[in-house]
Amino acid sequence: MEYISNIIFALILVIGIVFFARNVKKLIRNIQLGKEVDVSDNKPQRWKNMVKIALGQTKMVVRPVPGILHILVYVGFIIINLEVLEIIIDGLLGTHRIFADLGVIYDVLIASFEILAFLVIISVILFWIRRNVIRLKRFMSPEMSGWPKNDGNMILYIELVLMCLFLTMNAADFQLQQLGAAHYVEAGTFPISQFLVPILDGMSAQTLIIIERTAWWLHIVGILCFLNYLYYSKHLHILLAFPNTYFGKLGPKGKFRNLDAVTQEVKLMMDPDADPYAAPAEDAGEPGKFGASDVMDLSRVQLLNAYTCTECGRCTSECPANLTGKKLSPRKIMMDTRDRLEEVGKNIDANNGEFVDDGKQLLGDYITNEELWACTSCNACTEACPVSIDPLSIIMDMRQYLVMEQSAAPSDLNNMMGNIENNGAPWPFNQMDRLNWKDES
Amino acid sequence: MGSEMKVPTMAELFAAGKQPEVLFWVGCAGSFDDRAKKITKAFVKILNKANVSFAVLGTEESCSGDPAKRAGNEFLFQMQAVTNIEVMNAYEVKKVVTTCPHCFNTLKNEYPGLGGNYEVVHHTQFLKQLLEEGRISMQGGKFKGKKITFHDPCYLGRANNVYEAPRDLIKKLDAELVEMKNCKSRGLCCGAGGAQMFKEPEEGDKDINIERTEQALETEPEIIAAACPFCNTMMTDGVKNKEKESEIKVMDIAELIANAEDL
Repeated sequence: MEYISNIIFALILVIGIVFFARNVKKLIRNIQLGKEVDVSDNKPQRWKNMVKIALGQTKMVVRPVPGILHILVYVGFIIINLEVLEIIIDGLLGTHRIFADLGVIYDVLIASFEILAFLVIISVILFWIRRNVIRLKRFMSPEMSGWPKNDGNMILYIELVLMCLFLTMNAADFQLQQLGAAHYVEAGTFPISQFLVPILDGMSAQTLIIIERTAWWLHIVGILCFLNYLYYSKHLHILLAFPNTYFGKLGPKGKFRNLDAVTQEVKLMMDPDADPYAAPAEDAGEPGKFGASDVMDLSRVQLLNAYTCTECGRCTSECPANLTGKKLSPRKIMMDTRDRLEEVGKNIDANNGEFVDDGKQLLGDYITNEELWACTSCNACTEACPVSIDPLSIIMDMRQYLVMEQSAAPSDLNNMMGNIENNGAPWPFNQMDRLNWKDES
Repeated sequence: MGSEMKVPTMAELFAAGKQPEVLFWVGCAGSFDDRAKKITKAFVKILNKANVSFAVLGTEESCSGDPAKRAGNEFLFQMQAVTNIEVMNAYEVKKVVTTCPHCFNTLKNEYPGLGGNYEVVHHTQFLKQLLEEGRISMQGGKFKGKKITFHDPCYLGRANNVYEAPRDLIKKLDAELVEMKNCKSRGLCCGAGGAQMFKEPEEGDKDINIERTEQALETEPEIIAAACPFCNTMMTDGVKNKEKESEIKVMDIAELIANAEDL
């Protein structure tokens, strides 16, 4: 019976980790439904981007208020994880504050955890106020009603509760240390939780131990639950921001990918020696589909983008189309992509690993033509994204499908393209008149 | 005074066994749009004044394919690109300058993958270089102290990180450069990019060019400077919509310089 709590702890830990690993596996499988892209180039630049943008949060502080609050929560999250390491070792070995022997270093560590926990609490409360009291415009968009709104708040509540449990645990521990309770060695300084001690005043060691243990258990179980909540929430960015900034677009933002399949065809058309009646080569395979109408047509990086999006809405708040009341919202493009990808993933799970056509697709069932045609390709969204997500590339791929597979461009654009084809300009002017301006006064 | 302009074509120079320093890619707007043609001419006058050896493709130039690509017609884009590249490679073009940021972006970034490798610069970069090399001198007298706000074209600014060349030129005119609330990397689009120039906007509360014009008007400028023929059209329409066209001019950087130089 002596080891019962160690065993229970180990069990909870294993269940938490196994369940999380299962979801990670599913996440990777879903991302691999996308097309492979070569992202093996320019590794030094990619690492630099990751360090600068994800680790260094450089794009977050473009907007100083949420940027700084976010850094507090982010640093708190990373540093407090050191404390979680101690909790896990204690839980497994049945020890109490195993790192206490570090002495002064331990005091400093615990003190900094406490201060960070306090700052996280303040930041989380301010974040909540921004979402629910000030009601910032970008959190009030149509795509943010229902689950996305609740999800955002839920994450704030979980973080708040976890930090409060952490401080409660420390306060009770501190009081027990002063009472000289067995096992509760004097260790750590408690700059924040010392202010909670008066609440615990007069409680027996027995009660304090119950409070301390309860807070300890709820804290670690809470962390494991939060870890497993990630996959179902918009909060995956805490992990995926790193690979996403690594795989993000390099080079000028204005450079769009040239479609290789089209290049092959164009070359063939321009080749005077090509035989138009030649039978396709044996190994030619099925002609590929141009552009994207569903998530499987997108690249793996684009699908990773969708899972990384934390729905902050900076893209949408900078989008000229959205600012002027059009339906397009780059954030919604990412949310739709993820929702559809999840739907496809569940379909595969339910059909023994095979996708069974469900009569739905990303285009039409999630993203409308109207949204796609409202984009000015201005790159405001990609510039605004703090984690290098590229909604514009998805919009462009879907336009390619609309135009090259469905000939479904707005009629004005069809006229424009007809003009280019016929006379080499988007307007109906004769190419032979291209230099007329020279002689006009 | 169109007759005073010297506008050699690549074909003429080639026939004479000559190779110009730079190809001036005029673009469709610069060739056909009445407003944009003025920008083309202003730029040519500066080139003439600076004795830059340049040439245009003239009737051998065709749409860069940018609007087709942004509209989703990759096929048409590549047909255009490959055709243009064949022409330019035949003339052994090394350097290209253009007054259109859309052509600039496509030629610079998307042509290399299809076999077109040139040094491509925007006319604001080129003008700045001429200035630095002392090939043009700018006296800002005419614009001294005038309030000028600069609208960043998306395909020059965000797309290619060119923010300073046009601003440096405005400052050289001794003008007072005032920035809009959204500028440089956070500049707001005029509404014409991504092939929007050629279609009606989707339903919304407002047109994008009106929103942008309002931002420009907040700076109380005498001139809204642009560096793109499409932005120029959109901002001109916006200023007209606000009935400010008698007080506020929309001018390309090339026009400002040509004007300052009395060209």
